[in-house]
Amino acid sequence: MKNNILIFPLFLAGILCFSWKEMPENQGVSFLKTNAVPDSGKIIYETYCLACHQEDGSGVPNMNPPLVQTEWVLGDSTRLINVILKGLKETEINGDSYSNEMPAHDFLTDKQIAEVLTYVRSNFGNKASGIKEEDVRKVRAKK
Amino acid sequence: MKRYFILGTVALFFCFTPSGETPTKPSAKVKADADNGGLVLPKGFGGLVVSEGVGKARHIAVGANGDIFVRLSKLKDGKGTVVLKDENGDGKSDASSAFGNFAGTGIALTDKYLYASSDTSVVRYAMKNGSVDEASKETIVTGLELYGEHGTKSIALDDKGHLYVTFGAPSNACQEKNRTKGSKGMDPCPILDWHGGVWQFDANRKNQKHADGLRYATGIRNIVGLDWNKATGELYAMQHGRDQLTTLYPEMYNPEQSAELPSEEFLLLKKGSDFGWPYCYHDRFQSKKVLAPEYGGDGKVQARCEGKDKPIMAFPAHWAPNALLFYTGNQFPARYKNGAFICFHGSWNRAPLKQGGYFVAFVPFKDGKPSGDYEVFAEGFAGGPEIKQPNDAKARPMGLAQGPDGSLFITDSVKGKVWRVIHQ
Ligand code: HEC
Repeated sequence: MKNNILIFPLFLAGILCFSWKEMPENQGVSFLKTNAVPDSGKIIYETYCLACHQEDGSGVPNMNPPLVQTEWVLGDSTRLINVILKGLKETEINGDSYSNEMPAHDFLTDKQIAEVLTYVRSNFGNKASGIKEEDVRKVRAKK
Repeated sequence: MKRYFILGTVALFFCFTPSGETPTKPSAKVKADADNGGLVLPKGFGGLVVSEGVGKARHIAVGANGDIFVRLSKLKDGKGTVVLKDENGDGKSDASSAFGNFAGTGIALTDKYLYASSDTSVVRYAMKNGSVDEASKETIVTGLELYGEHGTKSIALDDKGHLYVTFGAPSNACQEKNRTKGSKGMDPCPILDWHGGVWQFDANRKNQKHADGLRYATGIRNIVGLDWNKATGELYAMQHGRDQLTTLYPEMYNPEQSAELPSEEFLLLKKGSDFGWPYCYHDRFQSKKVLAPEYGGDGKVQARCEGKDKPIMAFPAHWAPNALLFYTGNQFPARYKNGAFICFHGSWNRAPLKQGGYFVAFVPFKDGKPSGDYEVFAEGFAGGPEIKQPNDAKARPMGLAQGPDGSLFITDSVKGKVWRVIHQ
C-alpha cells in the first residue's frame, strides 16, 4: 500500500513528461513561451551551443573560443551568420587559436539561427543589435 | 585509509631492511610552503610553488641536476621550452631561460638527450653537463600533418631505443561531418590509417616520416598522457573518451548520461592493440565496450566491440587525463613505488552539469596492474570547491615529472605554475 502511494505520483509525472516530449516541436516551444520561461534563443543555445561555449559563453581555454566581446560576435552579421551555417576551423579569435572545430549548424531553421544569435549578441556582456530571420534567409540563399 | 596506513607502514619497514632501497629525502633546505602551495595533499606530503608562471605549460621533465624543462603550447618571447634552475637549493626557481622556437606538448629526457615535440615534429638535443646543447639539435620525426583537434604530440621512450608518438584523431567520432548532428560514422573509418593511435619510431634515426613509423596501437581517439613503465617493460597511456553523446543523440542520451559516459580509459598498449574507437566506447557502468551510436549502437549492444581490447581501469567521463607517470623514486612511501600518477586536466563536456577532474590521482600497482581504486593525490588547483566553467579554473594540472630525489613536479596549463610535492 505504502509503495503505491509513492509510485502513483511518479507514474503521473512520467505520463506528463512523456506527453510533453511527444508534442510537435513548435508546440513545445510556444508552450514554454506562454509561460514566460526563458526566450527560445536561450533554449537553442542550451541545446546546441552550450556544450562547447559553456553556459556563460566563456568557452574552453585552447579548445572552444569565448563568445564574450569577440569581433565575430559583435561585428558583421553576415560573417557571423556564416559561422553558424558553414562552421569555422583553424581561425585565430582575438589572438588565440582553438583546437576544436566549429561544426556547421545549417540544420537549424532561419528563425532558430536568428534567435540564437540574437541571444548571444545580447548576453554574456555583449550589446549588439539583434539578427532577423530575414537576414539569415538572405545569407543562406547566397551560400 | 587505515588499511593503506598499515600497508604503508609494513612496506616502509621493508624499505629499511637490507634488501630494500634507502628512501631519499629532499635536501633539508627544500621546505613545503605554509599553505602547501594551495594544494591539498595526503598526510605526510607537502607542496611548494617552484614558479608562479612560465606561460601556457604542457609536459615537463626534470634533469639529474634538478633543472626543470617545461614545454609551452604557445611561444613565450619566441621560445617554446622554459628552463628553471634552483641555484640556492631551496626548491624555488631563481633563474630561468628558454630555448627552441617551436611550441608543443611532448618532452622526454635521458642522460644523453632531451626530446621535444611540436604538433608536426620531434627533435632532440644532446645534453652537455646537464644542459641542453642547442647547436646539437637533430630532427628525429618530421613533416607530420598539422591539424587542430587532438593534434598535439605526446612522446615516450622505451629502454630498447624506440620513440612513441601519439597521433590523436582529428575527429570526435569519425562522423562524415565532425560533431554534426545526424551525420553518420564512416565505416571503415579512414582516419585510423594515419591517426587514432600510437606510432613507434627509431629514437636514434634522423628525419623519419610518419610512414617510417610502425602503427603500434590503434582504435584510440586521443592520448595526451603516456609513459613507459620500467618495472614491467610496457607502454601505458590514458585515452580521452568521446564527447557530446547528448548533443548528437538527444533521443538516446540525456545530459546526465552524456556527462557520465563514456569512460576515460587507462590502457596497456601492446604491439597490435586495438581499443575500438570510433566504433566503440567504454561504459564503466556496464563494464564493457558498446557500439557507438554513429555505428548503429543503442547504448547496450556490443556487436563488433566484443573483441576489442579493454582498459585496465575506467575513470569517470570527460576528466581529460593529460599526463601519466609511473613513480620509480624512493622518497615517497613504498606503496607509491611503480604506481601511477595521473593528471586530470578537468572536464568541459559535462556542461550543463558541474565539471570534474582538475586533480592529480594516484593508482597503486602490483605486477603491472592496478591493485586498488584510484585516490585523489593532489587537488585544489582550480580554486573553489566546484567548477562550473573550465574558464573559472585558476589552474589546471597538466604535466608530471619525477625529480632526481623522487619529488613529484606538476605543471598548470593556465599560467604555467609549477609545483613540487615532497614527502616530509
Ligand atoms: C563542437 C563544439 C562547438 C559547438 C557545438 C558550437 N561551437 Fe561555436 N565554435 C567552436 C569552435 C572550436 C570555434 C572556433 C573555430 C576556429 O577556431 O576557427 C567556434 C566559433 C564560434 C564563433 C566565432 C568565434 C567567436 O568566438 O566569437 C561563434 C560566434 C560561435 N562559434 C557561435 C556558436 C553558436 C551560436 C553555436 C550553437 C548554435 C555554436 N557556436 C556551437 C565550437 C563549437
